[in-house]
Amino acid sequence: MFVLENGANKGEDSRLQAISEAIRVVPHFPKQGIMFQDITTLLLDPKAFKDTVDIFVDHYRDMDISVVAGVEARGFIFGSSIAIGIGAKFVPLCKPGKLPGEVISEKYVLEYGTDCLEMHVGAVEPCERVIIMDDLVATGGTLSAAIRLLERAGAEVVECACVIGLSDLKVRRKLNGKPLYILLEPRQVENGF
Amino acid sequence: MCAYRDEDPRLHDLKTKIRVVPNFPKPGIMFQDITTLLLDPKAFKNTIDMFVERYKGKNISVVAGIEARGFIFGSPIALAIGAKFVPMRKPKKLPGKVISQEYILEYGRDCLELHVGAVEHGERALVVDDLIATGGTLCAAMDLLERVGAEVVECACVIELPELKGRERLNGKPLYVLVECFECCQ
Repeated sequence: MFVLENGANKGEDSRLQAISEAIRVVPHFPKQGIMFQDITTLLLDPKAFKDTVDIFVDHYRDMDISVVAGVEARGFIFGSSIAIGIGAKFVPLCKPGKLPGEVISEKYVLEYGTDCLEMHVGAVEPCERVIIMDDLVATGGTLSAAIRLLERAGAEVVECACVIGLSDLKVRRKLNGKPLYILLEPRQVENGF
Repeated sequence: MCAYRDEDPRLHDLKTKIRVVPNFPKPGIMFQDITTLLLDPKAFKNTIDMFVERYKGKNISVVAGIEARGFIFGSPIALAIGAKFVPMRKPKKLPGKVISQEYILEYGRDCLELHVGAVEHGERALVVDDLIATGGTLCAAMDLLERVGAEVVECACVIELPELKGRERLNGKPLYVLVECFECCQ
């Protein structure tokens, strides 16, 4: 669900408005035609950053979640704070070669070529309830790989959480059968930071 | 073997949660893995609390976290002390205008980047990473912050490898660590 449109109350509305305005659009990054949604400007606003984390913590606090899995690297920025806020483990999902010790790997398809996500063996136990965190979901390729990694470890992926989600997900509402919890749609406008 | 910084009982627990992975990323290195600490919510929270207790109320407006494990610790610290969080990243990850600082590795060079405008002149900053080894990355981070006119108040790491003398490399800047580990390289 998109929080901004789905029954968000008045108080939450104004927090989301401020969060949205704190996000910077960088045109043509990493390549021509992409309007990159840059969350680093959100992180420069301590109140808006705290509100972002608080909205996720309030949503997940009573859902009996024992694991927050964060996608490297921007998923770490939100995910570790959310994990602390709800008293869950934090499990980093990393690019190949970064995690020491035994890992499981999951390949996924990019526009050109493939990439790979890894998770430590033993980090997550069977039947643990997990949320996956990333700053943004576009095609869903990375998040789908993350879901597969966690399910291979026997965990139950309860939801995928992102600050920003591309509009066509509004219609689909799910990714590989898993619910999405997304705060905002992408900004269209260059706000001249 | 690891030593304790002082007698805070939370440190005993922290030290036992760090996993040592031999011969990673290459033979002879005993890698200090903090991911097992993150699997213990209480120990992870205690780690953050110890940093927050030190830095809250010290007028620090910027926490700069070094990609990627510095993000995991830096972001909750920033939130708790009411500071901005500024990611310091490998090349080409940050969109928009950046400044870069090259630094020397054992074999070759690497580079750290910071967004132009993220940090203002005169701001008081912390640099956070999970571990300090030779100090090369932390130095590059400090250089970037000082180039934009910030004051680096302290570097904060969970783990120090004192035998690699990173502390000396920091040009007199204070370093605060929770745990020291010895005999981590052969």
